[in-house]
Amino acid sequence: MIKLNPKLSQKFSYMFLCLAAFLATTPVILIVFIIIKNGTSVISWEFLLSMPKDGMRGGGILPAILGTLSIVSCAIMITLPVGVCAAIYLNEYAKDDIFTRIIKLAIINLAGIPSVVYGLFGLGIFVMFLKLGVSIIAGALTLSIMELPVIITTARSSLDSVPYSFREASLSLGVSRWQTIRHVVLPNAIPGILTGTILSIARISGETAPILFTAAAFYVPHLPHSIFDQVMTLPYHLYIISTQIPNMPKNIIYGTALVLLMMVLTMSCIAIFARIYFRKRRKW
Amino acid sequence: MKKALDFVVEKIVFICGIASIIFVALIFFFLFKEGLSFLKDFGVLKFIGGRFWYPSSSPTLFGVLPLIVGSVFVTIGACVIAVPIGVMTALFISEIVPKGIRDILKSLVELIAAIPSVVVGFIGMITLVPLVKGIFNLPTGLTVFSSSIMLAFMAIPTIVTISEDAIRSVPWQYKQGALALGATKWQTLRRIILKAAMPGIIAAVMLGIGRVIGETMVVMMITGNSAHIPHSIFEPARTMTATIAAEMGETVRGGMHYKSLFAIGLVLFLITFFINFIADLFLGKNKNT
Repeated sequence: MIKLNPKLSQKFSYMFLCLAAFLATTPVILIVFIIIKNGTSVISWEFLLSMPKDGMRGGGILPAILGTLSIVSCAIMITLPVGVCAAIYLNEYAKDDIFTRIIKLAIINLAGIPSVVYGLFGLGIFVMFLKLGVSIIAGALTLSIMELPVIITTARSSLDSVPYSFREASLSLGVSRWQTIRHVVLPNAIPGILTGTILSIARISGETAPILFTAAAFYVPHLPHSIFDQVMTLPYHLYIISTQIPNMPKNIIYGTALVLLMMVLTMSCIAIFARIYFRKRRKW
Repeated sequence: MKKALDFVVEKIVFICGIASIIFVALIFFFLFKEGLSFLKDFGVLKFIGGRFWYPSSSPTLFGVLPLIVGSVFVTIGACVIAVPIGVMTALFISEIVPKGIRDILKSLVELIAAIPSVVVGFIGMITLVPLVKGIFNLPTGLTVFSSSIMLAFMAIPTIVTISEDAIRSVPWQYKQGALALGATKWQTLRRIILKAAMPGIIAAVMLGIGRVIGETMVVMMITGNSAHIPHSIFEPARTMTATIAAEMGETVRGGMHYKSLFAIGLVLFLITFFINFIADLFLGKNKNT
């Protein structure tokens, strides 16, 4: 074996590492670039605010946008309180015993279940067993369970980052445990919980598989009226127009992809910047 | 009054706390209930060992083997690409670049995770698939190879973030010690830091595998969806996830085909459960060092 000069081998290795980082990060820039370049020309108020026409080959994507917004807002309203309470339990109340360990294991496994299996589960329990039908609420419930572990984990780490001395100071003044959590711990954890929530919203806006059989419809000729309606959603619409419809004009597909991507990326960027901002401002 | 409120709150947060256990149990129960009644009717061995998936021919055959092989092929392909790139990127980000660039790279990696899978699938369809078809002169570009590349891209954020955590949690004394003995930075990185962080990196790889095996939309859009056992990576295949997603729409609710998809779901659930369990063990190990 040839023994390389250590300095030289370090140079080579660093080049490889740099190359790897380049390979890992350029595709995301490329994807965003391709979609912006090809999609911008279709974006107009008419595209955003009108119904699809000619079997999706023309018109706009309003019902898909509204569908996604309604499912995602329902899902987050369900999952956020449950998730934050679960995080409070784990961080403030739970003892370090086997039972807590089981809860943590359940959270980890919930996070690892494939999204399409959530779809199956949602179909089995919400659509069939609870007879909610294919509807916004069935999709939102499915998504909320899927997002629960993410919310719990982020909320818990922001609760955890509040120094223990804050709690001690409050408790030593005779304040009850819940009041301490409510007025001392939670306010300090809000920024972290908020950024986690925004990231979660971004993530579930782009999910397709869990709502495939629980909420999404190929085409609905009207806008959603109630939470028991089937809806079109942006990701499912994008899937349909890019695979199921022959002679689909490419620019509409790009336009739809652009709207979805911008929605998701804007929220993610807000969350990332908010986190950097709050971290810098933190006084402890 | 205060005491009562405290008591009620404690009960409420406790119920939310155990919600995760309830949901995991419920998911398992529903998959098991539907899957089991299918397995009883069709036979476990014929399901697991069957080489043909013909759900709508007569007689119907529900052999899950080609789908498992499809999933495994795609996953191995994605790992071969994503693991080296991911781990090297994590090393690069955590140990080599200055802080400013590190923040940019980390944000970019996080943005990858934010891109919806259906967008990744669409981009793969219009850019990579024709490219693969042209370069390798294939009848179709919808192959295991194409989807491995796109899935690798999707697994990278998981692998990078978790490996990076592991690398950064290596005690700084290890590094100082090695450097003080005259090792170069790279020697320290490769022989000390990488070794000490290994359990965390293995966990990262496991979670990456879990991510790839569960991915649905990308494989449905660019793997070609042919339920045959592929002979090479340049052939179309079909994964378990894509089968569920593609066929559920056309099944009769409560019928044999419907239940067979739940049985596939059960297989997927068990696989990911196992993977996550192992990953968790390794992560626990990492914390002890």
